[in-house]
Amino acid sequence: MKAVVTVVGKDKKGIIARVSGVLFENDINILDISQTIMQDMFTMIMLVDLEGSELAVKQLTDKLHIIETDMDLSIHVQREEIFDSMHRI
Amino acid sequence: MINPFEIIETINMIDKENLDIRTITMGISLKSCAGPDIDVVCGKVYKKITTLAKDLVKVGGDIETQFGIPIINKRISVTPVATLVDALDEPTVEKAVMIAKTLDKAAKTVGVDFIGGYSALVHKGYTEGEKVLIKSIPRALAETDLVCSSVNVGSTRAGINMDAVKQMGETVKEAALKTADTQGFACAKLVVFCNAVEDNPFMAGAFLGEGEGECVINVGVSGPGVVKCALETVKGEPFGVVAETVKKTAFKITRMGQLVAQEGSKRLGVPFGIVDLSLAPTPAVGDSVAYILEEMGLEKCGTHGTTAALALLNDAVKKGGVMASGYVGGLSGAFIPVSEDAGMISAAKEGALTIEKLEAMTCVCSVGLDMIVIPGDTSAATISAIIADEAAIGMVNSKTTAVRVIPAPGKKEGDVVEFGGLLGTGPVMPVKRYSSEEFINRGGRIPAPLQSLKN
Repeated sequence: MKAVVTVVGKDKKGIIARVSGVLFENDINILDISQTIMQDMFTMIMLVDLEGSELAVKQLTDKLHIIETDMDLSIHVQREEIFDSMHRI
Repeated sequence: MINPFEIIETINMIDKENLDIRTITMGISLKSCAGPDIDVVCGKVYKKITTLAKDLVKVGGDIETQFGIPIINKRISVTPVATLVDALDEPTVEKAVMIAKTLDKAAKTVGVDFIGGYSALVHKGYTEGEKVLIKSIPRALAETDLVCSSVNVGSTRAGINMDAVKQMGETVKEAALKTADTQGFACAKLVVFCNAVEDNPFMAGAFLGEGEGECVINVGVSGPGVVKCALETVKGEPFGVVAETVKKTAFKITRMGQLVAQEGSKRLGVPFGIVDLSLAPTPAVGDSVAYILEEMGLEKCGTHGTTAALALLNDAVKKGGVMASGYVGGLSGAFIPVSEDAGMISAAKEGALTIEKLEAMTCVCSVGLDMIVIPGDTSAATISAIIADEAAIGMVNSKTTAVRVIPAPGKKEGDVVEFGGLLGTGPVMPVKRYSSEEFINRGGRIPAPLQSLKN
């Protein structure tokens, strides 16, 4: 199962390191990554593969929630299908 | 990979513009539970609901976390309970209320927010069971928490059952008095329909119609805030652009509803019924249908031009949504529940929005006079007359109309009634002080209207 991890917030050191650290620790492969500054906000979007991992979306969300509060970011983990269904015919 | 802007657009819709799935509603047929013995019937009803819906709340929650889309309510709709009452040996109000309590208990066991279907369809005439059920509605609603009730009193093909209209005026009044301590809250759980639909997932009017299967999943989408934000980007543009913008937004919202419906149906092993693509407001600021109308250029919802704006909105929502889902149904359109919509609450408080204007608006939107608090001393005949007017609009225009008014005991024009939660805040709106008593007392049936020579 593929999921999209979105990280939005004020730019600071270590965001990518910490988020990808959690993914690595839990055996989650990053398939694609894009990072940009959108409306003055650091915006990172990752497409990750949860196939090999023990973790479900819920647990991953919980783990990333720690970074979210710690670094004052907004982090979402959502299954890829929601974007496909909304923006593709 | 999907375009980052599209991803951010979706996330903004959810985080900032209040996009949500309003409800995932499981329809459960209770036809198989009918029988002469009330205890057996209640046992069967409880067992069937708690078996079929046991995973509904969990699955709803799972979908919510995995897709990151809020699902506000999980609900159940059942076969009109009058069917069960009819099959009983010597139906009584007492027995009907026992069924209502069973529904309430089952709903609480599985953890849903509401259960609808304490209903009767009497647009042409009554059966014995239906008479008993309607008589039991005030008690059933006052003595339960989650049960919702609806009665269909008219249809385009049958006309309007004016005896039922009369009785429903009295029923609404009695339901309010029975729950005087909560300002007539029971009335918020009671809808009087004309042309009721069989697959509506929204409360309080949801029931599983005669033509429906054993068990089905229907989904109601929402998102007035998203439409309003989309319209902010086309300020001053002509109406063609406005309609196009609403259509595109409705398409996206409905696609999300379709995904949730399919996923829910798959996980629960229950067939997917329909997506109801309604714009259902909540009292949260930024989740209001009135604000959409105001965004189109009206100073206050309810002023001249409101009906035209709503007509455009309602139609564009349907056009955008229809292509996004395999099966569209339910009420589908824009809702205008006064107490549940921040913009309507404010317009009503300031006197911009009146019942007369709301009545006109119901000619072009998907429902009717909804969540309107009226003075506590309003007579049953006046409430019946309000119902008759709405039913006439539905009957003649071949559309669903409904009345959900709350004659809040002890309250008068200018007072404000707090219901809390999704049901919001209702300013008490004035009704005409002239009597309709003689008109309502006639009884009988208003014949079905002509379907040709339409002018």
